[in-house]
Parts: sequence; C-alpha cells; structure tokens
Amino acid sequence: MTDYETVIGLETHIQLNTTTKIFCSCKADSWEQPPNTNICPVCSGLPGVLPVLNEAAVRKGALLAAAMHSEIRLTSHFDRKNYFYPDLPKGYQISQYDMALGKGGYMDLPMPDGSMRRVQIEKLHLEEDAGKTKYEGGRRFVDFNRCGVPLVEMVTGPDLRSADEAAQYLIRLRQLLRWLGVSEADMEKGHLRCDANVSIRPVGFTGLNPKSEIKNVNSIEAVRAAINKEVERQIELVELGGRVESWTLDWDDAQQRLTKMRSKETIADYRYFREPDLLPLELSEDWRDAVLADLPELPLERRERFMHDYELPEYDADILTGDRPLSDYYETAVEAYGGDPKVVSNWIMNEILRMLNELGISANKLVLRPEHLAEVIKMVDKGTINNATGKSVLAKVQESGKAPGDIVAEEGLAQVSDDSALQAAIDKVLAASPEELASYRGGKEGLFGWFMGQIMRETRGKADPGVTRELLGKALKGE
Amino acid sequence: MSLMDKTARSIAEQVRRGELSAVEVVEDAFERISAVDGRPGVLDYGEISDEDKSKVHAFITLTKDRAYQQAQDVDRRVSAGEDPGPLAGVPITVKDIFCVKGTPSTAGSRMLANFVAPYTATPVERLEAAGAITLGKVNLDEFTYGSSSESSAFQPATRNPWHTDYVPGGSSGGSAAAVAAGEGLLSIGTDTGGSIRQPAAFCGVVGLKPTYGRVSRYGLIAFGSSLDCPGPVARNVGDAALMLSVMAGEDRCDSTAATLQVPDYLSSLDKDVRGLRIGISPDYMRIPYPDLQTGEVVVADLPEEIRDAILDAAQALADQGAEIVENVPMPNMSYGIPTYFVISRVEAASNLHRFDGVKYGYRTQSEFSDLREMYRKTRAEGFGLQPKLRILMGMYVSAAQYSEQYYQRALKVRSKIRSDFEAVFDPQGAYRLDTLLTPTTPTTAFKLGDVYGDTVLMQYADQLTVPANHAGIPAISIPGGISSEGLPIGLQFQAPDYREDTLFQVGHAYEQATLDADWRKIKPQVMKFVE
Repeated sequence: MTDYETVIGLETHIQLNTTTKIFCSCKADSWEQPPNTNICPVCSGLPGVLPVLNEAAVRKGALLAAAMHSEIRLTSHFDRKNYFYPDLPKGYQISQYDMALGKGGYMDLPMPDGSMRRVQIEKLHLEEDAGKTKYEGGRRFVDFNRCGVPLVEMVTGPDLRSADEAAQYLIRLRQLLRWLGVSEADMEKGHLRCDANVSIRPVGFTGLNPKSEIKNVNSIEAVRAAINKEVERQIELVELGGRVESWTLDWDDAQQRLTKMRSKETIADYRYFREPDLLPLELSEDWRDAVLADLPELPLERRERFMHDYELPEYDADILTGDRPLSDYYETAVEAYGGDPKVVSNWIMNEILRMLNELGISANKLVLRPEHLAEVIKMVDKGTINNATGKSVLAKVQESGKAPGDIVAEEGLAQVSDDSALQAAIDKVLAASPEELASYRGGKEGLFGWFMGQIMRETRGKADPGVTRELLGKALKGE
Repeated sequence: MSLMDKTARSIAEQVRRGELSAVEVVEDAFERISAVDGRPGVLDYGEISDEDKSKVHAFITLTKDRAYQQAQDVDRRVSAGEDPGPLAGVPITVKDIFCVKGTPSTAGSRMLANFVAPYTATPVERLEAAGAITLGKVNLDEFTYGSSSESSAFQPATRNPWHTDYVPGGSSGGSAAAVAAGEGLLSIGTDTGGSIRQPAAFCGVVGLKPTYGRVSRYGLIAFGSSLDCPGPVARNVGDAALMLSVMAGEDRCDSTAATLQVPDYLSSLDKDVRGLRIGISPDYMRIPYPDLQTGEVVVADLPEEIRDAILDAAQALADQGAEIVENVPMPNMSYGIPTYFVISRVEAASNLHRFDGVKYGYRTQSEFSDLREMYRKTRAEGFGLQPKLRILMGMYVSAAQYSEQYYQRALKVRSKIRSDFEAVFDPQGAYRLDTLLTPTTPTTAFKLGDVYGDTVLMQYADQLTVPANHAGIPAISIPGGISSEGLPIGLQFQAPDYREDTLFQVGHAYEQATLDADWRKIKPQVMKFVE
C-alpha cells in the first residue's frame, strides 16, 4: 500500500467583536435575539440605502492582519460579490477581492516534536456577514439579524498535513483572536467558522490533487473528525483505483457523517467589481502606526520568552500563555515575588488554575491579585505559614478581598515553631492517646503520621512540620 | 397671474414674510395640477384616450394630505415667529426614484408598485426641512432607464407640456414636465447619463447635474451608483441655485457625499461674467451615431437651429464681457455612450439583484416549486423590458471571461474622458476654461413612439450629457430658444468639480441678457387649460 500524505487548507470566517455592524449602526451582536429584531434599512438592503464603513472593524481587521504577519495595504478596496440567496438581502455581499486589507502573511504552529509548521495566509479581507436561513415545516424562514456583522475571511495555503494540525491551527487561531481582543472566537456561537479543503497525495509527490471542500465544521472536534473521515474515504477510493473528484461535502456533526452537497460545477462567477457606494479605504501611515502600537506581544512570542527568561519547561510556558490575562498574571506575580519563577508557575498551575476553573472566570477578574499570590508564597518560603495554610489563605483572599498578611494575623494562622508551645501540644496529644502510644512503642511505627495529624489538629494546622517531627520523635521515644 | 407662474424665491420670500400662506400656495398648485395633468400613471391603465393625449400626466402619486399638513406646519411656524426655512411654502415634486417615508416609492416599476418606503431620502428630507412642500411623486422611465419617460410601468406616460405629442425626455420626464407646466415650482430629479438635463432641455426648464457627491444619494433607488446624481429642476437659474444650496452637503449616511462646505450659491448669481473663459468644442457640434440599417457609425452635424442657439448664446455672453474660446478639443467624448453602456449596465444589474421577491415589492402570484422558479417568475413578471435589457447586458459584460474586455476597458476609457475635461479646465493649461458651452441634446424633443423600442438610438439622446457623468463634473441645462416646431432648445454649461457656482453665474447672466427675447414669450401648449 502506498503511503499517503494529507493536504489541508482552512478557510475561516472570524466575527469581529465591534459594538456595531460593519456598514450601519445596528448592534453587531444579536445572539439569542428574536429574528429580524436587530435590523435597519441598510443591513436589510432596502432600496436606496448606502453602506458607511465602521472604522472599528477596520482597526480590528488591521490588528489581526499585523498579528498574522500580513502586510496592511494603505489603500484597499471593497468589491461586490454578486449572487442570489434569500438571506443575502442586497443580492451581493460587500467584500474585498483583489486589493484586500491584508496581503500575504503566515502563522507558525508549534509541532509536538518541537518543530514549527509555517502556515501561509493566502487571503485576509474584511466583509459583511449574510443572514440565516431556517427550514421548518417545508417552509423557508430568513433572519437578517446577522446581516452586516463584520467578518474577516482568512484562507490558509494547503500547508496543514493532518487533522491534528488543522485542529492545532484553529486552537492557536482562537487563542490569538482572544489574545488580540478582536473576536470572542466562540465557535459554538459562530464567531469562528471553518471550512476545510482536503486532499491526499502519495508521499513524495508535491503537486496538488483534486480536493473536497468540507462545509460546516464548526468545532475543533468536528474539524478533526470530519477531516479524518474524509481522508479515510479518499484513501480507500484511490486504493480501489478510483479518483477523487472535487466535491463539496457537508459535515453532519450529530451523525458524525459527511454528505455530498454538490459535485464540481463550473466555478461560480460572482462578477466581482468595485463597490461604487464606498470610497477606496485609505489608511494613513499614522493611523496604521497607532493601531500597531496596540499590537501586544503575541502568545507564541511570549511562550518563547517564558521558556528563555524564566527557564520554564515548555509545558508550563504553554499553559501560562494560554490566554493573555493568565500570562499577564503570571508575569506580575513573578515580578512581585522576586524569587524562582518556576515556584510561581507551580502555584499558578496548581492553585490559581483550579480556582479559575471553579469560578469560570479569567485571571484578570480574580480578587486575588498576583501581588497577593507573591506575598503568600513569600510567607511560605519564610516559614511564617506552611504550605497548606498558604493554599487556604489564597482562597480566603479571593473571598474577602483582604490582604494575606492581615488574614494570617487576624486568624492567628502563623506557624507555631516555638518549642515550648509545640511541646505542650505534643504532651497533650500523647496524654490523650495512651493506647496509640502503647502500640507505637510496641512497634507500630506507622502511627507516626497519625500523631502528626493530631498535633496539627491541636494547633489548627499552624505547627511547623519540621520542628514538630523532631520533637514528636523524641517524645515518642520517651526522651 | 397664478402663484405657479412665479419664482420659488419670490414665493418663499412672501411666505416667510407672512404675506402669503403656504396653504394658499398649495391650493394653487393642486388647482394647476387638476387643470393640466389628467389622470396619474397607473399599472392598469386601459385605453389611452384623446383626452389623455392632451394632458401632462406628470404624477404617479399625489400626496395631498401630506402636502396640506406640511403647509399648515409652515404657516404655523411663520405665525409663531419661527424660521420656516429658505424654501418656506414652495411646492415641489419628487421623482419617484426617491424614498419618501410613508409614500409609495415605485421607481416606475411593477416591481415596487406596492413598496411604501419606511424612510426618507436625505435630499428630500433637507428640502422638506427647509419648508418645501411635497405635492407628490412624479413619473419617470422604469428605474430611470430611458430618455423619454415612456418606459414607465405607470401609464399614461408623461407628455411634453410644450406639445403633448412629444416626449418630455427622461428619465426625469415627470420632474421637467411638472415644472414646465407649473405643477409645483421645483422638482428633484436624478441624472445618471443626462436624466435631469435632457428632459430639462426638452421641456424648456433649468436642470442641474451637480458634481458627483455634492448631493447625498441616500434614499435614491440606485441605477449606476458611480454616476447617479440627485439634482434640482427649476424654471430659472436662481431657483435652481436656492434648491441646490438646501440639498447639497455632507451626509453621514452616504460616504461618497463630499465633506466640502456648501458655498452660498445665490451670491454667485449677480457676479458678472467679465473675463470668464467660455469654451466651445467642435466635438459637441457633430455627433456619431449608429446607422439603424447598416449598423455603421455615421457622423452627422447637429441641426442648424441648435448650433445657432449655442453660437447666439456665446455671442450674448461675449457681449457681457466673457471670453469665448473656440475649437476646444474633446477627443474622447464620442466614446461616452459605449463606455456608459458598459459601466452603467454592470452597476444597474447588480443594483437590481435585491429585487428578488423575498423581502418587499412584487412576488409572483403564480405557483412555484422552488426558490429558483420564484426568482425567475418574480423578476420576469415584475421587471419591464428596460431593466431586463440592462440586466442581460450588465451580466454579460461583467462575467469573469468578458470583464477585462468590456468592464475594465470601459473604466480606462472613462478616465480618458475625465482627462479631456481636466485638460481644458486646467488653470495652467492651453485653454484655461471656466466653463464649456455645448448643446444639451442632439435634437429637440421627439414624438412619443418615434424612438422608443430602439434602445441604442434612445441611448444616443444622452450623448452630449453623458461625458459629465463619467467625469463627475457639474453641468447645467438652461433654456436657450424655441425651435421652429415650437419645442425648447437646451444650452449646456459644464464646469470643473464643485464649480456649480460658475454654472449659476453664467446661466443667470445668459438669462438676464435674453430676458426680453421673443422666444421667452412663447408658453407651453398645455397652458391653454389654465385660463
């Protein structure tokens, strides 16, 4: 059997999180609003209306272009893409064709073997969304709420080599979009939509074979599953001597099945021409520079830096740069702490991430500020409190908003390492547990832990474990 | 003298001063309409009677209640000491290609016969806010596609008030005819290839195509979006200047509307023309057109009466101190129509996509089995011949395999046409013109039915007007005489971008110089109904 290589290109539509739509002043977000309640003459294509470009959409598009290493054209154009569909109220979509906002670009994907896969960006342009069509009881219903929502369409080259890589691309893209703050990138809500172009070829062959286009793969899992199914189908077909034809396939997520929508027709002619209702989009260099000034350090760059500057393992760096608030949190905590960055990483990966998961919020929303975390770690380092107390103090800060030092003082949580106080506690426990003492002295040394627990309970967890262990050992031996 | 024979400026003055009530003015306007207009255009019009043939039929919809309400409001403002606006009490008509809230906005098409607009077009809103009173919506070629107003789905079609066997021109035929017959004092039209100037010339009134972008297109049902210009139709240059000053200016609903400040156009009226450089071009005095039998392009001189009108006008202005510059070359003007054929059709076909039976307007009444059939039947039944021809041609020349050959090429020619004007208006150039004087049309008005049916020849009626649309520059048509047949002749002045003031200046000077000319004493034929 021949060895096959999978060739995948992804076409994504990204909904920008602007306040208003791209060409009118309706709200951009109409999630869960009743149909046709967030529309106006402009976005519903009434006779005589004209589009007026929303600058915020351009700004977010430009920011994304810059993050994709795409060249931002200072002069770009909008074009009409003409086709008939009931949810396209003007009968054309205002899009960008040959002179789009972004030119070229790429995204680097870290591969499991430590290498990078460079995915070229072939198209990056602004456009308006269409509405939604729903079939019910043999009738077709149209909802224009989504018409005019600003989108960036981004198309990759045929550079991805497996379903996992395609999934990786979407995960990294989603991370980037949220990192930049240009999209909520919620696939379930259609903020990030994806079509996949899939073909196979014998390993070593560098040309491109006919591809199928899979529509409607709108979750990371769906992308993975649909591509794997399609690759399987294509290999089977070719092995049986068949030839792959350019089909458009629809992914049915519920059935986990691909169905054929249409076979290759003559390529649709959209009769693109410049949108005469909008002026060319002219951006000044000053405008562009001002937008780029807002471009933050990107997740992969920060990941590299964390590994290099803080000597974090790749695993830690990856998790800590998973989203921007978390990585900012980490850096602020490291700075406030001043000690080993790996120690801060451990605290965050264990304690803070659990807290975030439980609360379902992002790091910048925590009452427990990174400075608080640093203070707690320092107290543990100094032995003022033990590890377990440290963890509970974190929770108390989050609940009360009080400073860790105040909580420790108010609740008397400082560690007891004073010999006489500890000795008193030990004496009390031993006196109260004559049977256990006898067993221990009779050889059941496993009871040592039980005694430690009793002492911790007696001191309400404040006993310095090192000192206690030493004193308890002596006391048990009767010294 | 009826109030409808006065100027808009004098009516507004009197209403503003409280000497005349807006309600009285509106009463006069409706009286005139009932005298001369005959029945309004309708879809199911039946027989065209002899009575029909003697009337103007400018209107599709009369908005009487709205008009009286507006008039009462103006009168209330005057008596309350509020400023009722510079057009207080001036009755106007609106070409039925503009959306006006709560009124049918039909575009002269069955497709939109039942469409009631939920919003008002910016220029109409501005006119009404300035105190103008909308009498109704006037007829036009379907979707503005034509030069005779015969193609409207609403019949009887508008007739020329000077002679009702003749067309009023188009597509703003209803506007020009209404103003000529005193059915209102002003009208708002649109000009994509000559649709204001050509009917203005045919009906002996003033029509201005402003610079592209000078007046907002918001609410204008689009034909050729890169060419469409709303503009005033009036009986004299001063009224047109007043009307433009109200309509023009920046609009946050139209990003192609110029942000340039609107000058005081009325102040340019009284500037004399001494030293003004006025060009005359031989290229506008002979016209190429396709021979109907052979299809060959032949070149013909303009009718002598029209040439003479231009030369007389030049002389009259020279007598006032203007410098006449002859033999100005406009080498690319003859490509105006072919270029227009391509560009306007591509834009028109796309602009018509939205009329699909899904959201508003006409939807087929017959059975359909699927979406495609619904589209096909709706558009086949809803559109008349002219929109269909534009869709066919527009789709053809913008198809991927032909676009380079036609559409992209037409865009290049368009910029060449523009460069002709840039060269002659260049203040450092050889000609340094302030304005170019030409005829507005190759002929005076033609008879109903004479040209209609020949789409190509009909289009050639616009050949002297269309270059200004390609170039985006302003141009005005003013009455310049009456032909031996008793039909008006139009003079066209063109000027550089945003120099509407020059057009008003030179137009007004010509008007003043010919105030007592014999031809100005001749009145339109339909005025016989007014005695």
